[in-house]
Amino acid sequence: MWQWFHKLGSPKWFFGIAGRLMPWLGWSALIVLTVGVVWGLLFAPADYQQGDSYRIIFIHVPSAYLGQSLYVAMAVAGVVGLVWRMKMADTFIASATAVGAAMTFLALLTGAVWGKPTWGTWWVWDARLTSMLLLLFLYLGVMALRGAMEDPDVRARASAILVIVGVVNIPIIKYSVEWWNTLHQPATIKVTEAPSMPASMWVPLLICLLGFHLLVAWLILWRMRNDILLRERRARWVRAWVLAQ
Amino acid sequence: MAVEERHIMHPVRKRRLTIVLALFAGFAVAVSLAVVALQENMNLFYSPAEIETGKAPVQQRIRAGGLVAEGSLERDPDSLKVRFVITDNQGRVPVEYKGILPDLFREGQGVVALGELNEDGMLRADQVLAKHDEDYMPPEVKKALEESGRLKEGGDYPAEGMNHGNSGSSGT
Repeated sequence: MWQWFHKLGSPKWFFGIAGRLMPWLGWSALIVLTVGVVWGLLFAPADYQQGDSYRIIFIHVPSAYLGQSLYVAMAVAGVVGLVWRMKMADTFIASATAVGAAMTFLALLTGAVWGKPTWGTWWVWDARLTSMLLLLFLYLGVMALRGAMEDPDVRARASAILVIVGVVNIPIIKYSVEWWNTLHQPATIKVTEAPSMPASMWVPLLICLLGFHLLVAWLILWRMRNDILLRERRARWVRAWVLAQ
Repeated sequence: MAVEERHIMHPVRKRRLTIVLALFAGFAVAVSLAVVALQENMNLFYSPAEIETGKAPVQQRIRAGGLVAEGSLERDPDSLKVRFVITDNQGRVPVEYKGILPDLFREGQGVVALGELNEDGMLRADQVLAKHDEDYMPPEVKKALEESGRLKEGGDYPAEGMNHGNSGSSGT
């Protein structure tokens, strides 16, 4: 296991393995997402109350889920980067931030579009929506902080600390709907209980969730490979790889 | 393996890990204290029971959330004016509203009304939002459930949806 940990810290090894994984991830993301979205939007039954507008769930839930889980993954990478000074951890943070921000933005956008016909408003300052907006600002803050710093070591340390500190917001987002009165409803899909929707609805939702994970993994690996090339541009293996292209 | 592990958990790294964890723990405690101090303000709305016991300020804009009580909805035939009562099975608050109601609005549905509470305890609302619960089902299933009597009219699940202490659920 430690050997694997050491390997993960090697940009060259990671670059190679990511390059081999990417086509598999990219194609499976395309297939799984197509199946999930087509099933969800065209074949899943309508809801008895909301009719067809509930179908936004097939985009909203995966993007909201990934917006949060990517942040947690970045915080783990932040700890690894601070404690073990692993360069790849910073590469991950640099690459995942924009993807996480995009997912969070998509969740807020789809939520607003759904909220208008369902609740009667685009936006309300309840605990769930506000904490999710804070998550978007945290992502943007990490991006701004990274952009403002020249020295790579200082940048890595500063952004890792910001990411770790900001992870406090994640349990607040998750439990906001249980701790306080919110307009947003509690979770439909739960780890501990049966989902409060029939299989004809949650199966395509789960497929979309899987497809989003694959897509995000593909995007992040792509960005990580670019980041590695840029960082290691003086390394001999990078020159050899570029010339071989 | 043991040698490897000692190498990974070098004293310097152990110290760094402690610092990072301490930093995080300190920040988490600070945020929790702030959130607990703001507890009252973190809620989007007052429940009818809170309003009845006088916890909500009078003649100030507040939000009240609850279920539209069965049989309480009165529509004015000549205008968009409506009156209804919201309840959480403990308290009841009458609401008056003029305007277009959201599609999901009906008796038994959870709603949040924004407006001013007058001295008689009536809420004069200028905005009514429908609250959606976490249950989704196709119309046929809903019909079948109603026929078999497994779904109570105005069922208890929207009431559960109104309640923030709703079951120890986790996940998204």
